[in-house]
Amino acid sequence: MPELSYREAVRDALSTAMRKDDEVFIMGEDIAEMGGSMGVTQGMLDEFGPERVRNTPISEIAIVGAGIGAAMQGMRPVVEIMYEDFLTLSLEQIVNQAAKHRYMSGGQLKVPLTIRTQGGAGWSPGAQHAQQLEAWLVHVPGLKVVFASTPTDVRGLLWSAIYDDNPVIFFEHRTLYGLKEDVPEELEPIPLGKGRVHREGEDVTVVATGRLVHEALAAAAEAEKEGVSVEVVDPRTLQPLDEDLIVNSVKKTNRCVTAHEAITRMGFGAEVAAVVQYQAFDWLDAPIERVGARFTPLPFAPVMEQFCIPHAEDVLEAIRRTVGRV
Amino acid sequence: MAKVEKKGAVSGERLREFFREMLLIRRFEEKVEDRFRAGELPGFLHVAIGQEAVAVGVCRAMEEGDVFASTHRAHGHTLARGTHPNELMAELYGKLEGCSHGYGGSMHLYDVERGNLGANAVVGGGLPAIAGAALAFKFRNEPRVAVAFFGDGATNTGTFHEALNLAQLWEVPAVFVCEDNSWAESTPKKQHSPVDNMADRAKAWGMKSMDVDGQDVGAVYTKAEQALEHARSGKGPVFMNVVTVRLVGHYIGDPQVYRAKDEAKKLAETKDPIELLRAKLELSDEEVEELDREILEIVEASVEFAKNGTDPEPEDALKNVYA
Repeated sequence: MPELSYREAVRDALSTAMRKDDEVFIMGEDIAEMGGSMGVTQGMLDEFGPERVRNTPISEIAIVGAGIGAAMQGMRPVVEIMYEDFLTLSLEQIVNQAAKHRYMSGGQLKVPLTIRTQGGAGWSPGAQHAQQLEAWLVHVPGLKVVFASTPTDVRGLLWSAIYDDNPVIFFEHRTLYGLKEDVPEELEPIPLGKGRVHREGEDVTVVATGRLVHEALAAAAEAEKEGVSVEVVDPRTLQPLDEDLIVNSVKKTNRCVTAHEAITRMGFGAEVAAVVQYQAFDWLDAPIERVGARFTPLPFAPVMEQFCIPHAEDVLEAIRRTVGRV
Repeated sequence: MAKVEKKGAVSGERLREFFREMLLIRRFEEKVEDRFRAGELPGFLHVAIGQEAVAVGVCRAMEEGDVFASTHRAHGHTLARGTHPNELMAELYGKLEGCSHGYGGSMHLYDVERGNLGANAVVGGGLPAIAGAALAFKFRNEPRVAVAFFGDGATNTGTFHEALNLAQLWEVPAVFVCEDNSWAESTPKKQHSPVDNMADRAKAWGMKSMDVDGQDVGAVYTKAEQALEHARSGKGPVFMNVVTVRLVGHYIGDPQVYRAKDEAKKLAETKDPIELLRAKLELSDEEVEELDREILEIVEASVEFAKNGTDPEPEDALKNVYA
């Protein structure tokens, strides 16, 4: 089994699709010679050339919009928005155009577009380079939303996103790019809408996404020392959501914590909590706990930034609250 | 379709076809206005009375395989590109037989088979995807062109500037048709644009542009042919600066308090593209009356077709969200 970093796994999925299929191409800011601001597309220009590894102007509306147009002609573009903060610039094209062309046309059109982007705090970029905005996108019918947390998952999910006939917003986490693990020799597609149980447990279910999957696993290891058995579930796809996996887990453990780096209030965890309380109300032994960022813009000074974003310790405290051992 | 006449000279026979097409669009939209006021049509409707020559001239110059994006004022483009009046009227009545199967309405007319990638209710919203469709044609070496219709109002949007910048940068086969009717909804051009001549916008990107009299359908057709040929032959996009007039309000029911009372009436006397062509072709009253009768029958039939169409089930709203 080869070892790949999360970054290499993304590159491998892109390259494998582009070797197989002329209809797949990538475009975005600084992705060619520079290889992307996160180094994800390094080396791809040499293999695929400047037509298919296409540098764009700093022009997020046009990047997404051109992707929509090419996708409606049956190509499978993968566009990169350098930081998910900049998704906000292209939001009209994502929300009003990509998400709705199929619907407004009464089913005549498909938009098989993948929009890759990345975010995540912990390196003090300040308020405009590290937000986690996935909750904005899961609210829009017509979009699929993916947030992968491991090299194996990011590789298999990106493949499925590229070959899905719908627009997919594909979130990567900046602090995970260097994470390595052994991955299958051959790329194994992972279906959208299927979550993953990272660790089985009996007492509490933590539903975590992105970086918080790893924080939750660290918290689970600590909790185990205290005699609390924690199950960690990563939905991987936020829309469609693997509700059965989450609900069945909570029916087993009777307690639930949601955990993401995005702001807690109105975050993705709120929807998970709503799903759980509705489908597993009678199984719950404690209020659902939510872990996420404080309701502030991201501050610059490291001490303030670390205060605002959640860590393993925050997940652990939430676990303790659900089992009454605060 | 083989072109027999020489470029630059539109035959009398072809102009007669254009006359008929423009008259159909005019009568269709008058009927839409009538049925809206009668309370039969839901939603928000915009007619393009006065701008028919732009729709007919450009759409008739397009070839099979070409695609286009339209605006909230889309009935003319849609009919001129060949969508049957029945299907268009059925859409306005919200029926399954409509060209968007009842999911779109007047501001979201689609007919993908005929290259209509959608009328867009976000001003300027359809432009970037036209650059992208043209990019796909270039990738595949297909001799196809992507066309975007938009108004002078749209030239102030970010989508316009980003899309045209990218289209020129990558020299994709696109034609950008600016229908400058000098109004952005109720705001006159002098209040919304720092430049009067929209072709000046194209200079910013070094894009080829052409000035077109939007009331002369023959001129629009000829210029559109040239623009499409330029784009199709790989020479890059073209900006068509089409100066036209809106003889009606922004939307049906617009009291036009922002406009001099007799302005539209005066414009109609000198700038009505149908009257101008009628004079040019020296059509007799009898000829026009007969044509009118024939067209009114088509329009009436479209209303009958639409009224007898199939209402969607409420639950149909849940379909077509995902492919």
